[in-house]
Amino acid sequence: MVFFTKLFIIFLSAALVNNYVLNRFLGICPFIGVSKNSSAAFGMGMAVIFVMTIASMTAWVIQHYLLIPFDVMFLRTITFILVIATLVQFVEMVITKISPALQQALGIFLPLITTNCAVLGLVTINSDSNLGFIESVVNGLGAGVGFTIALLLMSAIRERLDLTDGAPECMKGVPIAFIIAGLMSLAFMGFTCLI
Amino acid sequence: MSLKQDFSRGIFAENPTFRLILGMCPTLAVSTSLVNAIGMGAATTFVLLGSNILVSLFRKLIPSNIRIPAFIVIIATFVTIVELIMQAYFPALNKSLGIFIPLIVVNCIILGRAEAFASKNPVFPSVLDALGMGIGFTGALALLGAVREILGVGTIWGYHILGTNFNPVIIMILPPGAFIALGLFLGLFNSLSKKGKA
Repeated sequence: MVFFTKLFIIFLSAALVNNYVLNRFLGICPFIGVSKNSSAAFGMGMAVIFVMTIASMTAWVIQHYLLIPFDVMFLRTITFILVIATLVQFVEMVITKISPALQQALGIFLPLITTNCAVLGLVTINSDSNLGFIESVVNGLGAGVGFTIALLLMSAIRERLDLTDGAPECMKGVPIAFIIAGLMSLAFMGFTCLI
Repeated sequence: MSLKQDFSRGIFAENPTFRLILGMCPTLAVSTSLVNAIGMGAATTFVLLGSNILVSLFRKLIPSNIRIPAFIVIIATFVTIVELIMQAYFPALNKSLGIFIPLIVVNCIILGRAEAFASKNPVFPSVLDALGMGIGFTGALALLGAVREILGVGTIWGYHILGTNFNPVIIMILPPGAFIALGLFLGLFNSLSKKGKA
């Protein structure tokens, strides 16, 4: 039971309290770039949850069965980025084979994830904080869910914003999106007391 | 395209932060103080310089269909060098920049310059391009870092400049302040560049 409580806290912490986008500043590019409409935001979010969960598993196995036994931890960054790039390619191939419907939905978002710093950030944080296998996976899942929540909220706000004509000319588009992100981040600070 | 243009492009006309909106994650995360901003800027410039030189040297050898993985390996090598140097000589800076040092690998500015410039140009222009872009990025970070540090703590480079009566706006050094300050700066630069054209 204690173990499950711990997992639940890790999940909440990754998804809300230390939200990867709004609190740790990871994955800002897709957050600003893909948040113009909600259906794209949803697709991107699902793809990120998927890749983050698998990446935390793979990175944990590689760290504990390759990097540590051979004493080559200094190769961590270079290994992890290659693992993520390969993984994204592999996931894309598997999805195309198994489920064309899922491929239709996630297809165009998968290649973008390689350069999403949230994924590399996640596996680096996992490895820095010495999480166990299950904790890493739960952390990855939580981070992905948090990313999706932030992305969906943002896209909903920006869709509404398109209907109004309130912002000054020079603030339209990306600048106003950053101000909104600031206000969302302020709201997410309220979750600090949650755990 | 003159050499002077190769250098100055990154600083003003195509400033990576304010004009191209690249490399946002480190910009937001490490601009809490001027020291952090300059440290991050210097580390990124070093990686950019190294990767531009190597990519430009090997540009005829790397087959074009595997160029992206090859660039990433080159970039990751230089990032590892920076990581080790930081751990050895600047432990305090290393601690405050945290995971954003390894994350230089996924900074889109570096891969962007390798792809858009260094893979098509000789070594010397690529060096100038890297220096220009690096200075542009460092300058933008320093500007943001200075503003946030002055408003959020009332100091600059650790020195108090606003006197003891100043009540710091703590939100400026917290995450929301980063987003809002950057949003306002982007708006400012948009309106400035519009005025320049008109």
